[in-house]
Amino acid sequence: MRHGTTRRLLVAFGAVALIAGACSGGTSGSGKSVTVIGTWGGDEQKNFLAMVAPWEQSTGNKVKYTGTRDINTVLTTGVASGVLPDLAGLPGPGQMAEFSKAGALKPLDAVLDVATYKAETAPALVALGTVNGKLSGVFIKAAVKGLIWYNPALHDYSASPPKTWDELKTQAVANKGNAAAIWCLRLGSGAASGWPGTDWIEDLVLRQAGPDVYNSWWAGKTKWTSPEIKTAFQTYLTDVVANIKDPTEAVDPTKDFSGGGDPLFANPPGCEVFHQASFITGLGAFKGKKAGTDYNFFPFPDVNTQFSGAVEGAGDLFGMFHDTPEAQSLMKYLVTAPAQDIWVKAGGALSANKNAKSYPDDISKRSADLLTSAKSFVFDASDLMPKAMNDAFWTAMLKVTKDPSSLDSVLADLDKTQTTAYAS
Amino acid sequence: MDERLGTALAVVIGVPGVLVGYIYLTELVLRFAPDRRRSAIRPWLWLLPALLFLFAFLIFPTILTILRSFQGAVAGAWVGLENYSWFFGSPDALISLRNSLMWVVFLTLFTVGLGLLIAVLVDRVRYESIAKSVIFVPLAISMTAAAVIWRFMFDYQSAGSAQTGTLNGILSAFGLGPISFLQVETLGLNTIFLVIVMAWMWTGFAMVILSAALKGISTELLEAARVDGATEWKVFRFIVFPLLLPTIAVVSTTIVITALKAFDIVYVMTNGNFGTQVIASQMIKESFIFGNFGHGSALAVILLLAIIPVMGVNISRFRAQEALR
Repeated sequence: MRHGTTRRLLVAFGAVALIAGACSGGTSGSGKSVTVIGTWGGDEQKNFLAMVAPWEQSTGNKVKYTGTRDINTVLTTGVASGVLPDLAGLPGPGQMAEFSKAGALKPLDAVLDVATYKAETAPALVALGTVNGKLSGVFIKAAVKGLIWYNPALHDYSASPPKTWDELKTQAVANKGNAAAIWCLRLGSGAASGWPGTDWIEDLVLRQAGPDVYNSWWAGKTKWTSPEIKTAFQTYLTDVVANIKDPTEAVDPTKDFSGGGDPLFANPPGCEVFHQASFITGLGAFKGKKAGTDYNFFPFPDVNTQFSGAVEGAGDLFGMFHDTPEAQSLMKYLVTAPAQDIWVKAGGALSANKNAKSYPDDISKRSADLLTSAKSFVFDASDLMPKAMNDAFWTAMLKVTKDPSSLDSVLADLDKTQTTAYAS
Repeated sequence: MDERLGTALAVVIGVPGVLVGYIYLTELVLRFAPDRRRSAIRPWLWLLPALLFLFAFLIFPTILTILRSFQGAVAGAWVGLENYSWFFGSPDALISLRNSLMWVVFLTLFTVGLGLLIAVLVDRVRYESIAKSVIFVPLAISMTAAAVIWRFMFDYQSAGSAQTGTLNGILSAFGLGPISFLQVETLGLNTIFLVIVMAWMWTGFAMVILSAALKGISTELLEAARVDGATEWKVFRFIVFPLLLPTIAVVSTTIVITALKAFDIVYVMTNGNFGTQVIASQMIKESFIFGNFGHGSALAVILLLAIIPVMGVNISRFRAQEALR
């Protein structure tokens, strides 16, 4: 009896082995499809699929979309093993350059109508997608960082928005009303917890020390302990963190940044002003509110007027790993104004394409104008840093926000990471 | 024709076909073997596909990982023991080692202790199967979902606001708190709070197995002890517990391995911030975020070395039990 069981088990094992073999032999049939991997889920995924629907209709091809929050892992292992989607969202310009140098990313110069693309897109974004003179990635979606959101019911800043940091500080104190605190702040974001804090430091560095220091900083050439960077941290700690309701809540892992602005709408308000990127309107309590009447924003004020007009932004890069005719056709379609119009009409997204104009409300239109008309445009510094540096920056923000007295040791640790992170 | 239909046909007809074909093929091969050897060779031929898969997906990658742990961030550059000396010199890595040990100790203590207690208690109530089902259900929840559920349990609101988190809600009813459970780094308490999430899931597993073992103890034995005047505690301490010991050992080793592999809960709830990182979470971070597969492989090897003795105990226990049957 026992022997029989063992034998049957063996047969079962063999069967499993052979099923695996048989499955891999299946062919995908004749319908042409393009595999796409991106970080979008939920509403964003729905909007993306709506965006590609006209292309599917006109060409008869199909888009097979998979959404993952772990795109970095998927693509890093994919580049090593060669199993890659046709098109994919890229984690950031740094990784894009690595994938491009490894030969995995196909250049887009021959695929897109480059002249039109360059004419329609902000030069800074074109430059960020270019590696060694070859266009390797395009911004399919963009965001403006460092907008200051408020609830007009408490105080309407739209008549005279603060022009300088000092003005903002005095106006915020004067108009605090019955709000529990001046600033709203939440840094939780799952595995990326801390990033909303990095945006703060970036906005301050950009406006205190200017784009040159900003660029040398993310490139690893300015030390974290240098006066320019340390000042930004100190401003953040004394002007912002000292004026929030509760630092413990701000860094708590159970609190997600997407709900960071919710206290704006509470009664009495939990806080008065909220620093977050343009995409916050698609998240948290913003989603159910009316743009303009329930919430509004003013741009991050100047700190040093010498650097007036500098804007920080971010975006989702898209690249091509297989240059099949279908993938090329889809890529070409995605950056066009009609395709981008579908994206922006749904709200929450800005287009890198200047000719995409179907913004659903005045707020999105104003933030899109900031993006396309910026005197100097810089990309999110932490996204440009090597992954190890970026990760240490995120963790550092949690540490200093919780315990401002740790600033010196945190900056020294970041310097240590800087010496190793840029090596490879 | 729908391509899925083709795949389905291939699986339904093709797989048994290939299977029978393989067995037929082995018999053909066996014809060339001398008669008396055939029965000795046949099991090996039948095992061959499974062994090949085991080699390709388990043994080969393990060897590669061990080799990789002696190379630097760039594959192929041999650095000797540098990755291991990095491990023992890095505060982050050492905290992950401490936390993994805490996971092993506390998860085993919580799940086996509670599992045993519940198994013994529900053995005496009328609604045993309902009670057991309720406690077993969390095991069926995915780790990520459990982590999300427990985020609500540990939820923190600043003092003065309504406490929406379950635990802080209870504390505030007594005028205490609020406590940010996941941020209490003193004595690694936040790691223990994470362990509780896992214990909530795995207690049911320990309970079910221990309860089954409990049913296997003959009632005559217990009756005899009671007739001889043993108190209930003595019956448990000197009869039930020793008889359960082999089962407890097997359950414990399984839990120890689960504790060493803990990753999902840490990743979802704190991502290793506030000093809650464990070896597995550090391994993912070093390999996939920092791109240093040298460090990552060294961490994997350390984890493997930590698991091997436990596996050894488990296997020898298992053998001893099989021999008894």
